[in-house]
Amino acid sequence: MVDLSLKTAAVVKVKPRAGRDAWIMRAFILVIGLYLVVTLAMPLYAMLSKSFNTYYFDLARYEVQINEDGDWGETIDVAALNAASNKYSRDQLRTSSDGRLSIVSMLENFSFRAKTLYRLRNVHASGSFLSGSELVDDTNWHEFTSNEFRRVYLKPVKTTGLDNFRQYFSNPSLFNSIFNSLFIAIVTTIITITLAFTFSYAIARSKMRFKGGFKVIAMAPILVPSLLPGIALVYLFGNQGMLKFLMGDQSIYGPIGIIAGSVFFTFPHAMIIIQTALSISDARLYEASDALGASKTKTFFTVTLPGARYGLISASFVVFNLVITDFGLPKVIGGQFNVLAVDIYKQVIGQQNFEMGAVVSVVLLVPALFAFAIDRIVQKKQVALLSARSVPYQPKRNRNFDRLMFSYAAIIAALIVGTLAICQYAALIKFWPYDLSLSLTNYDFDVMDGGGWGSFYNSLKLAALVAVIGTVAVFTGAYMVEKSQGMQFGRSLFQFLAMLPMAIPGMVLGLAYIFFFNSPNNPLNFIYGTMIILVICTVTHFYTVSHLTALTALKQMDREFESVSASLKQPFYKLFSQVTVPVCLPAILDISIYLFVNAMTTVSALIFLYSPDTTLASIAMLNMDDAGDIAPAAAMGMMIFYANVAARIIHHFLSKRIYSKTQAWRTR
Amino acid sequence: MITKITKLARISGAIGVAAFSAALMLSASPAAYAGELTVYTAVEAEDLKKYAAKFNEDHPDITIKWVRDSTGIVTAKLLAEKDNPQADVIWGLAATSLLLMKSEGMLEGYAPKGVELLDSKFVDSSSPPSWVGMDAWVASVCYNTVEAGKAGLSPPKSWKDLLDPMYKGHLIMPNPNSSGTGFLDVSSWLQMFGEEGGWTYMDGLHENIARYTHSGSKPCKLAAAGEIPIGISFAFRGAKSKAKGAPLEIIVPSEGVGWDMEATAIVAGTDNAADAKTLVDWSITKKANEMYNAGYAVVAYPGVAKPVKFFPENLLEKMIDNDFEYAANNRKRILAEWQKRYDGKSDPK
Repeated sequence: MVDLSLKTAAVVKVKPRAGRDAWIMRAFILVIGLYLVVTLAMPLYAMLSKSFNTYYFDLARYEVQINEDGDWGETIDVAALNAASNKYSRDQLRTSSDGRLSIVSMLENFSFRAKTLYRLRNVHASGSFLSGSELVDDTNWHEFTSNEFRRVYLKPVKTTGLDNFRQYFSNPSLFNSIFNSLFIAIVTTIITITLAFTFSYAIARSKMRFKGGFKVIAMAPILVPSLLPGIALVYLFGNQGMLKFLMGDQSIYGPIGIIAGSVFFTFPHAMIIIQTALSISDARLYEASDALGASKTKTFFTVTLPGARYGLISASFVVFNLVITDFGLPKVIGGQFNVLAVDIYKQVIGQQNFEMGAVVSVVLLVPALFAFAIDRIVQKKQVALLSARSVPYQPKRNRNFDRLMFSYAAIIAALIVGTLAICQYAALIKFWPYDLSLSLTNYDFDVMDGGGWGSFYNSLKLAALVAVIGTVAVFTGAYMVEKSQGMQFGRSLFQFLAMLPMAIPGMVLGLAYIFFFNSPNNPLNFIYGTMIILVICTVTHFYTVSHLTALTALKQMDREFESVSASLKQPFYKLFSQVTVPVCLPAILDISIYLFVNAMTTVSALIFLYSPDTTLASIAMLNMDDAGDIAPAAAMGMMIFYANVAARIIHHFLSKRIYSKTQAWRTR
Repeated sequence: MITKITKLARISGAIGVAAFSAALMLSASPAAYAGELTVYTAVEAEDLKKYAAKFNEDHPDITIKWVRDSTGIVTAKLLAEKDNPQADVIWGLAATSLLLMKSEGMLEGYAPKGVELLDSKFVDSSSPPSWVGMDAWVASVCYNTVEAGKAGLSPPKSWKDLLDPMYKGHLIMPNPNSSGTGFLDVSSWLQMFGEEGGWTYMDGLHENIARYTHSGSKPCKLAAAGEIPIGISFAFRGAKSKAKGAPLEIIVPSEGVGWDMEATAIVAGTDNAADAKTLVDWSITKKANEMYNAGYAVVAYPGVAKPVKFFPENLLEKMIDNDFEYAANNRKRILAEWQKRYDGKSDPK
């Protein structure tokens, strides 16, 4: 109690000073908050409203006159014409923006050879029809012979409503994808979590050798785009695959391929989380369990698993979210197995049905948001397992166990290295499987789809920009939110906005950006088609994890620093630049490498946004695979891998140096 | 102190805003300025550099910025940008797609110099024409003799032959919902066999199809790589892969083959109309058509076409009398029907 009152007193004393700083800090929060509103909330709103845009043929907007024997008959409303022939129901008149309705289909006994003449006009200026391919949008009467009239098509008008959703759920080939996506995500989650848990267990609880090496190798899949394992699987288990015989009658193109590839690219994500959970166990619990005579198995189920349960749950939802929102892998190896993320692509790119693309996006948002919400709730429940009195668990030597764990880790490591090696090998083969000589022809990206070598350099540029701009924005935002006072509502809103990107699938974000930024009324539309929009989209897409990393680092710093600095009459930015940033440098470097690597590998959001000047390596990979140039796609994938490895090595040495320079205080 | 801080804040704020807008201005190049054209295309990537170089021989002062993607993506991009067009010219996109643009009022009518010299089949019927054709790409079947031999298949002679159960699982074709080549196959079957007959044919074909690909060139490349014995694709792709050494035979089914043409158009609202017209004028010259002929056996300029290596000889006479307007105006309906029948239904549960 005494302590508390003292603190309040201190705050009261320095209030005038804090007030001025607080205003500047609020301004910062406002700017970065505004950034999140413009780059996240508003595009999502634009997309949501797009999903309610429906199109239908408004027959009452047209009038027709028929001349069968020299006299023009009375003017007939086309709606009446349809009612008379009973041709289309209200449902059948629903369509999408590029729908076309043949007018003669509503005329009974129509023959294009008849001598009958027809006249058609738009009642309102808003109506339009096509004469052949010619657009007619005036309200004059237009005359046609029978033969011309069969080439007349009505165009739909726009309205708002739930029709798109109704249409979606009444089309089995569309909504089946929901079950497919859930199936893939759930099966992958179970497999990945089991594998990653065992692997992390081996690292944390055994005395096996080469732990460091295994850890490094296990992280490798993070450095490549998710479609790379798909390409490796084609070379291994495709119809010309090296291990095709293992597949029996099954085809790799479909759920098997998607699941196998998804396990590969989600493995490190799960492993990081589970390993953290396992490494913070309290050794005293194990001693107690041992002293009470519990068997190894019992200890495992009563101590180890419960201790790691939050990590396991969190990892499960992260994996689930990654898989259900992934687009590259199912695109490459999904075959006829439709999933939601690919459906969005097919609706938008294949059919130019933007409204339905928006509907599928909304559908995809539901499981992603759901998984995200549960994860947040679980995270909140997590209490500190490690108190000041905890004794870190030290594994004891156990020959058989260590050997078993070593073999397991070695198998996993071999699978990961093998997958990458296959891609590198395939990239160097001249013409698989007929000419196995080695050559560099597959690296001649300039004669292939996707933008050539330029796309690789663009990716490097994008990654560098995202790393720098993103880190500055994220860390500053996190600092202001964490260390400023007052403005409770504004800060919670900011927190919410900062957490939201995690739940938004890349495809959805990309599509939302088209709707929002390409609207001619948007003053920001000049950034459409430039590198800026790619940078903004990528920073926003990966905002959450960076924000959380920054928060964690900042929370380790006592708020007393602010009070002390304030009582020393130092402005906050001095404290920020001279104390906070140097202390948090390791975390800042982590954020930047995280952003860099993800900018190199991401496909989903940017596939809708790149332009001729800003083709990207990961998208070039997808496009090359799409055109059937699989080996060059593998070659590009490996280039991305090497670039990321180089970035990681630089990061490693930089961290080491910075650690020795600025973090000396950590060791006494 | 206070004034100092506010001053500092004000100055840094002003600098920040100025720097931000300067950075934005610098990196956001304006849509177009004189001497530069943004050209959307679906022409194969390996040909684009050559196209630009040939054009620049005659017009070195105009730079072309390519936006290259598959037919479906370029079409989607153009439609998405309908109210805020980024392209000045479309050079090398399927006529069915251009008809769609035309019906949205997105194309600027223009009769390029010398248009009367072209085969009228290749010129839009409106006056002035909204688009002019360049060349035709024609459906074909890529047949890998090595893999087919291993699987004990005999080469098909007609589309109907492909219904034979021996081809079950050995056949790949592009998904018409994402590939222009896929759509021209489907629309040609519907025109040749009639609507009802066409769908019955595809019902049968679907039984034999291993999977549908997103792009039109992939089936032939997969056949070339032996990943599948038979790929329904287009002749140009087949000839290219064969030239690279793939054990391919390019089969022209006896009933006739669908085709689409690549065409050129000016996008309405371009702020560089003069250069756009120069490009379109050039795109129909004899020189340009000779250039198209390197990959296409059929070009718009009569008398130019020379035989292309590995191109099937009887291809010209097998091209159906394609009704582009039917294809464009019924596209939506056909694709929806196709999706209802075949997309996702074959999913293993």
